[in-house]
Amino acid sequence: MTENKGKVLSVNGNLVSVEFSGSVSMNEICFVKVENTALKSEVIRIRGNIAQIQVYEMTGGIKCGDEVEFTGEMLSAQLGPGLLGQVYDGLQNPLSVLAEQAGWFLERGNYADGLDSDKKWEFTPTAKVGDTLRAGEYFGTVPEGAFTHKIFLPFNMPQSYKIKSIAEKGEYTVNETVAVVTDERGKEYPLAMAFKWPVKRAIRCYSERLAPKETMETKVRLIDSFFPVAKGGTYCTPGPFGAGKTVLQHTTSKYADVDIVIIAACGERAGEVVETLTEFPELTDPKTGRSLMERTIIICNTSSMPVASREASVYTSVTLAEYYRQMGLNVLLLADSTSRWAQALREMSGRLEEIPGEEAFPAYLESYIAAFYERAGYVRLTDGSFGSVTIGGTVSPAGGNFEEPVTQATLKVVGAFHGLSRERSDARKYPAIDPLISWSKYECVIDRKKSDFLKNILHTGDEIGSMMKVVGEEGTSISDYVTYLKGEMLDAVYLQQNSFDPIEANCFTERQRYVTDKLVSILGSDYSVKNKDEARQFLNRMRQRFINWNYAEFESEEFKRIEAEIDELYNEGGGKLSHEAELLLKGGE
Amino acid sequence: MNKVFNKIDSIVGNVITVKASGVSYNELAEINTRFGKSLAEVNKIEGDTVSLQVFAGGQGISTGDEVRFLGHEMRVSFSDDLLGRIFNGSGEPRDNGPALTDNLKPIGGPSVNPTKRILANRMMRTNIPMIDMFNTLVVSQKLPIFSISGEPYNQLLARIAMQAEADVILLGGMGLKYDDFLYFKDTLAAGGALSKTVMFIHTASDPTVECMMIPDMTLAVAEQFALQDKDVLVLLTDMTNFADAMKEIAITQEQVPSNRGYPGDLYSQLAARYEKAVDFANSGSVTVLAVTTMPGDDVTHPVPDNTGYITEGQYYLKGGRIEPFGSLSRLKQNVNGKTRKDHRALMDAMIRMYSSYKETLEKKNMGFSMSRWDEKLLKYGELFENKLMDLSVNLTLEQALDLGWEILADCFEKDETGIKSDLTDEFWKTK
Repeated sequence: MTENKGKVLSVNGNLVSVEFSGSVSMNEICFVKVENTALKSEVIRIRGNIAQIQVYEMTGGIKCGDEVEFTGEMLSAQLGPGLLGQVYDGLQNPLSVLAEQAGWFLERGNYADGLDSDKKWEFTPTAKVGDTLRAGEYFGTVPEGAFTHKIFLPFNMPQSYKIKSIAEKGEYTVNETVAVVTDERGKEYPLAMAFKWPVKRAIRCYSERLAPKETMETKVRLIDSFFPVAKGGTYCTPGPFGAGKTVLQHTTSKYADVDIVIIAACGERAGEVVETLTEFPELTDPKTGRSLMERTIIICNTSSMPVASREASVYTSVTLAEYYRQMGLNVLLLADSTSRWAQALREMSGRLEEIPGEEAFPAYLESYIAAFYERAGYVRLTDGSFGSVTIGGTVSPAGGNFEEPVTQATLKVVGAFHGLSRERSDARKYPAIDPLISWSKYECVIDRKKSDFLKNILHTGDEIGSMMKVVGEEGTSISDYVTYLKGEMLDAVYLQQNSFDPIEANCFTERQRYVTDKLVSILGSDYSVKNKDEARQFLNRMRQRFINWNYAEFESEEFKRIEAEIDELYNEGGGKLSHEAELLLKGGE
Repeated sequence: MNKVFNKIDSIVGNVITVKASGVSYNELAEINTRFGKSLAEVNKIEGDTVSLQVFAGGQGISTGDEVRFLGHEMRVSFSDDLLGRIFNGSGEPRDNGPALTDNLKPIGGPSVNPTKRILANRMMRTNIPMIDMFNTLVVSQKLPIFSISGEPYNQLLARIAMQAEADVILLGGMGLKYDDFLYFKDTLAAGGALSKTVMFIHTASDPTVECMMIPDMTLAVAEQFALQDKDVLVLLTDMTNFADAMKEIAITQEQVPSNRGYPGDLYSQLAARYEKAVDFANSGSVTVLAVTTMPGDDVTHPVPDNTGYITEGQYYLKGGRIEPFGSLSRLKQNVNGKTRKDHRALMDAMIRMYSSYKETLEKKNMGFSMSRWDEKLLKYGELFENKLMDLSVNLTLEQALDLGWEILADCFEKDETGIKSDLTDEFWKTK
């Protein structure tokens, strides 16, 4: 640690100006000494011999002339075994440890290591003396829950190194030296299992970044079949408050087909984090058969926690995601909500008296958002395996208006857009993703032609619906009316999904394919109905059976029984498959 | 260590600046003016120039007045003696009782460690069907009541205060009309609830800075009661006045405004207050209900908009009724699965039908002919509004659910409701 000190000149909210004498770097961490504690802060602007720092804590009690100590280090995350299952604040302090130290409240100036330094891990060396290593290559493994956690040469070591000695298989703590390497000049570096990485820098120790191809199953029908997300891709979920952004992310975090989920609760409600904390240990991950918590990391900087660490929390979470990607795992990062992060930037920008951009957001907002989403990606690692970081961010646009700067900046850089609408959520349609405005650039799990065919029914149905509001039901032809009803039915039985029912919520790909085939045949058929009332009755009955069908376990006796009922009703209604639907179904086989 | 300074540099609105040293951020000071003493709080330090917001306002302050720094931040006295008492935003009594100075606690303290919270899972019954049945209030929830001037939101708040199951009630009034203040006092006294109530009241004629202190004072006391194993219900009215007070100070201090003049940290400031709602593991709880009036009935106005993103749902009070659309209690699913097994399905179906009714009504108003289905919906909508939505309806949850099934059976066939068949088989009220 360098002996570099400064003195407080002014205090304005969480922005403090400090006069210093030595050299200070941008984004360096420093501590403001106040009363009996030292408050962690970050340098965000330097002018002459005055540094402006944002304090990650409440600033009450700071006096002019208080001492500030600079550390010479940037804000870093501690990477190593033991991250999974943890609940951290935005600066990677484990909240359970803070609770032991301070009780009910998050007292300021109270920090703890990200990893437990006493816990022993079973280390197995995978390299031997004389092997060469480059950044991103590993020399040992540790079992962590269901995963094999790789122990890397730290990512910030730029050369190639020779292993001079390596520990035997055995139990070690994260800070014990498990290997010693030498660089080309023969200088020795002791390596532990844990190391630090500055969170605002992307980890790029892979061979190649590839285009995301494989679909990430979320088990949400509307997403997987119509607006899919790819592993290594990015997507955003903007919506007005109460439209169900968080519920949707919560469901995704439970059912998504990935190895590790990182939940960044950024400036949102503490209650939602508690919900996850209570629920996840009780649930099992179908992939590994272990508790869901063992594949989850929660970074929680809720809305009442200091705003500067809210900004940091987003970077901390994406750093942890990139770290696990290096092990050849598929990681999903759910950030809720990126607007709060943007607002944190705006608050600081305002205190710095920068010239405000649109809605007082700083001018660099777009490039910050782009840089964040660009840290996602599907990569080939140096050992030939593949890993991915998928980022899903919610956006909370002011007034639910998507024209605002954060939504627009986000839409430019994501691969899928799930726009939630107030209308759908008011009508209790879950998920409230509006199929008419959403889009995705990735491949869906069902045949694309069938997906388009069904989407087309929705669009036509909606057009007829809005026309009917003008000309009335009597001014609508019966065939149009039937199409309208078909759109309504598709919405009710397929787009809407009950996330509280374990069977209904977990609608996997095979089932989605099976059900959409059935839907193509039912919605692609003409029926011998005489009038509109009869048409409505018929499709209502069909809808009812389909809803019951959704709740039945796939391929169970009940499932088959209800399917038979549906077929029976289909024949009763004189269903006749259209040519287009027939071709689609044939193509699928 | 009282430091006294008597050179006031500038007085702008309610903010004064003083040349002083050794002053800490957020420290409290006392100013002696010709109208008496007032408290002031440090809200900016630049070298030896200290800005303070004066609780009693800038009027009548002279550049020669004496500023005495007290060496501590704003505090509030806490003990059981508070019960039944009424205070203003500086913590001074508004009734004729004695001032309380024992056991002083800081206000606006740090937030609760999320790992020390427990999942909100207890229902708070109010016997208002639109709340209990459709948007259940849950212990430790934070909910705003979105409304507009002229709606009976204070009446609703008072009724909830009387009927809700809570050990202690805290009422924080911001910019309250004096009549409304009296209304609360009289209603709670008549209902016998005054002895379990503490009030912090800022009326419309009191100084602005005091308005900003009300939520912090109220919530600090609530938190202390909760740590003594009490279930506390905090009622705040009206948070828009609080936000406007913040706006006033921010503009006075030449902060860059973000949206319609409000400071950029509006979200964080509101969140810091609302997030005080908590259910402590092995201890009491704080539940927050806060009225937010929407200027111009515009929910996208920055105050209701930011509030909606913070709180766990919202109640819309419009036309004297709690609107089923838009109103939402996010925590209801934590409790409504345990009440009765038909609760959720019935609630969803009834709202869906009511939404269809609204569409039909629109068609009817445009002069289209009504189909048989439309007629059914029209009948349903009317029954729903009169028997369940009306604010005067006072029913337990179970009575309300039974009534719901009756209304459905009165208007529809089983198949038309979209409810799972095993529930309709069990609960359908055959005519």
